[in-house]
This record gives sequence, C-alpha cells and structure tokens, in this order.
Amino acid sequence: MAVVAFVVLAFVAVASGVAVFTVDSMARATFALALSFVAVGGELLLLDLGYLGVVTVLMMVMEMALMAVFMVMFMMNPAGLMPMSMLHNRRGSLAVSVGVFVVLAAGSVFVPWPTRRGEPPADPTRALGEAIMGSKMLVMMAVSAVLFATMVAALVLATARGRYDRADSPERP
Amino acid sequence: MTLPMFLLLASALFSVGLYGALSQQAVVMVMMGLELMINGVTVAAAALWWFLAPQQPDGQVLVLVVIAAMTVEMAMGFAVVTLLFRSSDADMTDMAGELRG
Repeated sequence: MAVVAFVVLAFVAVASGVAVFTVDSMARATFALALSFVAVGGELLLLDLGYLGVVTVLMMVMEMALMAVFMVMFMMNPAGLMPMSMLHNRRGSLAVSVGVFVVLAAGSVFVPWPTRRGEPPADPTRALGEAIMGSKMLVMMAVSAVLFATMVAALVLATARGRYDRADSPERP
Repeated sequence: MTLPMFLLLASALFSVGLYGALSQQAVVMVMMGLELMINGVTVAAAALWWFLAPQQPDGQVLVLVVIAAMTVEMAMGFAVVTLLFRSSDADMTDMAGELRG
C-alpha cells in the first residue's frame, strides 16, 4: 500500500516537474510546480514526517500563489497566445541534466548504503521540536538571522529608490 | 519502500530542475528550476534520515533548513529580478550579460 502510494506520488511529482518546463503558459507552470511540491509533501508524510510534510505543502502552495503573480508580471507567452520558444541551449542543458541524472541514479542504486541505526522516535515531530529547542538551537537561530537579513535585503533591492536617492529627487518619478 | 527508490525520485526531481535552470530564458523560470532542484534535496534528506539514522533528529533539522533556504531563495530571487527589470529592462537571462567576460 505504501509502495503504491510512493510510486503514484513520485510519478505525480516528476511528471508535474516536467510539465513546469513544457506547458505553454508560465502561470500554468507555477501551478504544475505547486502540484509537484504537494506530491513531495505526500512523500514526506509516507516517511512519518507529519509536520515537515504539512509545512512543505502549506508553504509551497502559498509560495506558488505569490509566484503566480510574479509569473503574470514577467510572462513571456501569456496563456499560449503568442507561441514562442522560451528556451536557449536546449540540447546542451538536456545532455547535462541527463548526465547528472545518470550519475545520481547510479550512486543511489549502487552505493552500499549503511544499515539503519536506531528506531524512529514514536513522535518525530516531538523529536524535531525538542532538537530545535535544545541541541540544534544554534541552527534555528542562524536560520532566523538569515530570514531577517533576507527581509531587509529584499526590500532594499526591490525598492525603486536606491540607497542614496532622496524621496523627492527630481530624476526619479 | 527502500532508500534507493527515494533517492531515485530525488535524482529525477533534481535533474529536471537542472534542465529547467539551464535551458529557460526567463529569469523567473530559472528560479522555478532552482526550486525544483531544492525540492529533490528535501526528498533526499528526509529519506536519508528515515532509512539511515532515524534516532538522531539531524536529518529532520536539515529538511527544515532546506525549506527555509527555498523561501530565502525565492524572496531574494524576486527582489533581484525586480531590480534587474527596473535597472536595465531585462527579464531574460540573455539580456543581463553585463558580467560577460
């Protein structure tokens, strides 16, 4: 049962990942990517990672909803009305990515992975919570500093007025 | 379910994302490719935690960091895309070649 669920979700994840780069419209590509993330969240649920799976689904659905707005802003081929190629160096990138897949797949199949050490905790979410509030607290503090820096940096970069422009400077609207 | 199955899925997601990041012209589509690559990393980290060392929480913490990295990547990416478009009217990677050597 779990294997069937794994295969179905894996197929959905990869197929919608491929669809991201094959559909006509960039808005559709965004929703294909959201579907891929939902399938990956399902795979995490299969691994008993209830919290991380749900967080992935919720965050990525929200993120893709925001992304759709940006996609509409920067759209090259709105709803397939203006057919054009959105690609460059197609053959080279295909060769590189197929090569990378072959190397990674060979590694995942042929590497003698060590056997499992220890049993999973009864409640992985609780184990994660205790880890980030205890032994792994430095990780979460670093992440929070990075997130704060991201907020400031994104605002500084995206604002129309640069660091040294005044609000009423004449050369800017 | 075995570890190689999950790692194969992760490799497939990573390679599809790599293809997109290399081949797409629109900067925002390149970011979609990057997101798909990080998606594969999430699967790999979670599977390595579950199948190799489920007693330590390190793998779960790694997945959490990867998800945070994905968010940061998108926020900074869109800020840079907006800046690029505003400064040089470029929304395609080939139009942003100022650093070409």
